Amino acid sequence: MNHLDTLEADSIDIFREAVAESERPVLLYSIGKDSSVLLHLARKAFYPSKPPFPLLHVDTTWKFREMIAFRDRIVAELGLELIVHRNPECVALGINPFDHGSARHTDLWKTQGLRQALDAGRFDVAFGGARRDEEASRAKERVFSFRTAQHRWDPKNQRPELWRLYNTRVAPGESIRVFPLSNWTELDVWRYVERERIPVVPLYFAAQRQVVDRDGLLIMVDDDRMPLVSPPRTELVRFRTLGCYPLTGAVRSEARTVSEIVEEMRAATTSERQGRLIDHDQSGSMERKKQEGYF
Amino acid sequence: MELLRFITCGSVDDGKSTLIGRLLYESKLLYADHLAALEADSRRVGTRGGELDFALLVDGLAAEREQGITIDVAYRFFATEARRFIVADTPGHEQYTRNMVTGASTADAAVLLLDARKGVLSQTRRHARIVSLLGIRHVAVAVNKLDLLEYSQEVFEKIQAEFPDTTCIPMSATEGVNVIGHSELTPWYDGPTLLQWLESVVVETEEDGPSRFLVQWVNRPDATFRGFSGRVLRGTLRQGDEVRVGERTSTVDRIVTMDGDLAEAPKGSSVTVVLADDVDASRGDVLAAASDPPAVADAFQAHLVWLSEAGLMPGRRYLAKIGARTVGFTATKALQLNEIGTDTVHFEAPVPFESYRTNRDLGSFVVLDRLTNATVGAGMIDCALRSSNLRWQTLTVDKQARISRNGHRPCVVWLTGLSGAGKSTIADLVEKALHAAGRHTFLLDGDNVRHGLNSDLGFSDADRVENIRRIAEVAALMVDAGLIVLVSFISPFRAERALARELVAENEFCEVYVDTPLAVAEQRDPKGLYARARRGELANFTGIDSPYEPPENPEIRLDTTALSPAEAASAVVARLRSLGIC
Ligand SMILES: Nc1nc2c(ncn2[C@@H]2O[C@H](COP(=O)(O)OP(=O)(O)OP(=O)(O)O)[C@@H](O)[C@H]2O)c(=O)[nH]1
Ligand SMILES: [Mg+2]
Repeated sequence: MNHLDTLEADSIDIFREAVAESERPVLLYSIGKDSSVLLHLARKAFYPSKPPFPLLHVDTTWKFREMIAFRDRIVAELGLELIVHRNPECVALGINPFDHGSARHTDLWKTQGLRQALDAGRFDVAFGGARRDEEASRAKERVFSFRTAQHRWDPKNQRPELWRLYNTRVAPGESIRVFPLSNWTELDVWRYVERERIPVVPLYFAAQRQVVDRDGLLIMVDDDRMPLVSPPRTELVRFRTLGCYPLTGAVRSEARTVSEIVEEMRAATTSERQGRLIDHDQSGSMERKKQEGYF
Repeated sequence: MELLRFITCGSVDDGKSTLIGRLLYESKLLYADHLAALEADSRRVGTRGGELDFALLVDGLAAEREQGITIDVAYRFFATEARRFIVADTPGHEQYTRNMVTGASTADAAVLLLDARKGVLSQTRRHARIVSLLGIRHVAVAVNKLDLLEYSQEVFEKIQAEFPDTTCIPMSATEGVNVIGHSELTPWYDGPTLLQWLESVVVETEEDGPSRFLVQWVNRPDATFRGFSGRVLRGTLRQGDEVRVGERTSTVDRIVTMDGDLAEAPKGSSVTVVLADDVDASRGDVLAAASDPPAVADAFQAHLVWLSEAGLMPGRRYLAKIGARTVGFTATKALQLNEIGTDTVHFEAPVPFESYRTNRDLGSFVVLDRLTNATVGAGMIDCALRSSNLRWQTLTVDKQARISRNGHRPCVVWLTGLSGAGKSTIADLVEKALHAAGRHTFLLDGDNVRHGLNSDLGFSDADRVENIRRIAEVAALMVDAGLIVLVSFISPFRAERALARELVAENEFCEVYVDTPLAVAEQRDPKGLYARARRGELANFTGIDSPYEPPENPEIRLDTTALSPAEAASAVVARLRSLGIC
């Protein structure tokens, strides 16, 4: 078995353990490349059965339109159950990154929204596509990561996790976040997308797009809700990660295929999180957000 | 490119995180934005007066940065031309040993660091012991911080002498000496640099062996398909193979994956197996090569590492997860946090297993607390103590032979209750009746045994547990010898009585609760003990200042306020008769 085969087999193993030992699992589907790989692995893990859990998308109403179209197409094609949750308070207050700032926007839509959705579904296991190579506090997290009834992560007191013997036991209200891609790198993800021909949102591929400069990032103009200070210009860009469009920076790139992305990745000198506004609000901000229940 | 999983370990502050940071930095594996963050963080929270503090690349938690120590394992991924690596940087602080064990459990190689100024510390030794216990065969010793000793060859060689047959590398993590390339600062050293050593480690693949497939999930999308989803843990599984599950055998009809059926699945693959016959396998079962299935047992000699502040209580009932099964578990010796020991352990149900040496997946288990659900311990199986499998050495004169000779089944009649409840009196009468009826009996009485076998034990909780453990073992031996064993002991703890029950077969244990309220027993006080305990002359007296946990489901309950001793004894004899024992 080669490297990708082993990663695949490990992830499938994780999916099966979690499902066999939980009552109400759910897959957190954020539409990005990691979610696409996660979903692909989930299908493999249970084939010929369908994945025995719904997908949950915590929507912010600020995602790229292409993401939503892609989501609805994939879910329809695969015949899966999709739960879309939008924090009703945010809807009522019209929370957005321009008036309320990226930190509050993210906290209210995503962190609080996720907690609401998990509570409503009484889910005891939530699969996520986080990888340890993404960020320093992720690098510390277990594959089966315990959450209190308040969805809190206690990084100073994680359960020991030995071999492949995952502890899935929780009291009512508590839950486990399960990360089948823990040991994958960004490059592994793209190589796997290439090998398995996994469909991903076209925004990952270079194209001429309308962009403006904002807070040091190259932001794509996805609709007319973003206040513009200068007229947008057209550039050949793509995205390394996807999120809310006003908070997600594009990179100049000519990579139009997965294999060109893989080539580009090998030579990359910056990390994928470079393009995310929410992550460098402050050093250590991811850990704090995670403690509060962020994904 | 072959993967190497390794850890850095050793005592607190010896430079493990700095070394990993340096390794990533020097192999040009850092992204520009990570480097910029490192520079900023080094100025803000670094330990090196504003210079790059490489430890900050791995010490990613806020608390770690505040305290300047590693708390939990960080996993980092990198590759060189020659090899791909996953490194787990583990904490040296004793308090976080469980996190070191977590990192070590999946490693093939270990870099054991020590501070050249301090040499080998007790925590260095503990880590070395854990590394060897977990079966990590490749170890290099990095003698770090030599920059503070002017790269003294003498100091290095003195430390090296403590590790015969082990690669020792003189090093400075902060200065990058002998991390990637050789340094002119140690002209006297001609061994490998750390990276050279890591690239040269040859990971031996586990011997192929007979196939083992662990069932994780029964796959039943509809009435026409029934497959077993799981993983090949050993050997290679092939279509057409004859396999055994427990007592049944069948043939591998299909090996199903989403990419089509396979002719064979090598060790490590996650697949779904369809059998030719309608065999009822379930989660936790092992499909194994029919010619050479794994042994099945419920009592083992194992190495245990204890990971919880609350120490291991011998005889207490925990849970163990092994393979894809979770079963009741008890151990026999006490262990404190971070302690390592060899112990006799009991599973409440027999499990298929291999020794840890033969196969990590089928030879390892974790111990979970029933109440808190915490992971409290980890174990590695050395061998089975009482195998319930077919390969168990058959003794010519076995239990069955003794039953035929004696004309009755053996069993343990366990009388529990407060001091002065009437246990000994009733036990004596029962034995007299059985003896008269020609049964082979023996009576183990608490007071008598404390004069001999258990004369070294007092009345602390730990001693009471050990007292009962020994009696339970003796009683089990006597059952093997074919006797009806009457045990008359206060035996205050449920967990220990459960252990005694587990040591014999299911129909060979009869718990008799001699139920006498404390007030009544105290009033009878045949030996004057209650009076002395009340005066404070006897410490740890059951019912007074030491707890008694009454049985929840005894086979027999005797209410001694309603029954005379003779009536109680005949009730026991009648019940034994109805259980088919005499
Ligand atoms: N002079 C000198 N200092 C070093 C060297 N290696 C590490 N240090 C310093 O020693 C201190 C501890 O280093 P760490 O890398 O955090 O040690 P550690 O082994 O990871 O510690 P724990 O993970 O908490 O057990 C830091 O201040 C380092 O800068 C070295 O080679 N020379
Ligand atoms: Mg450290």
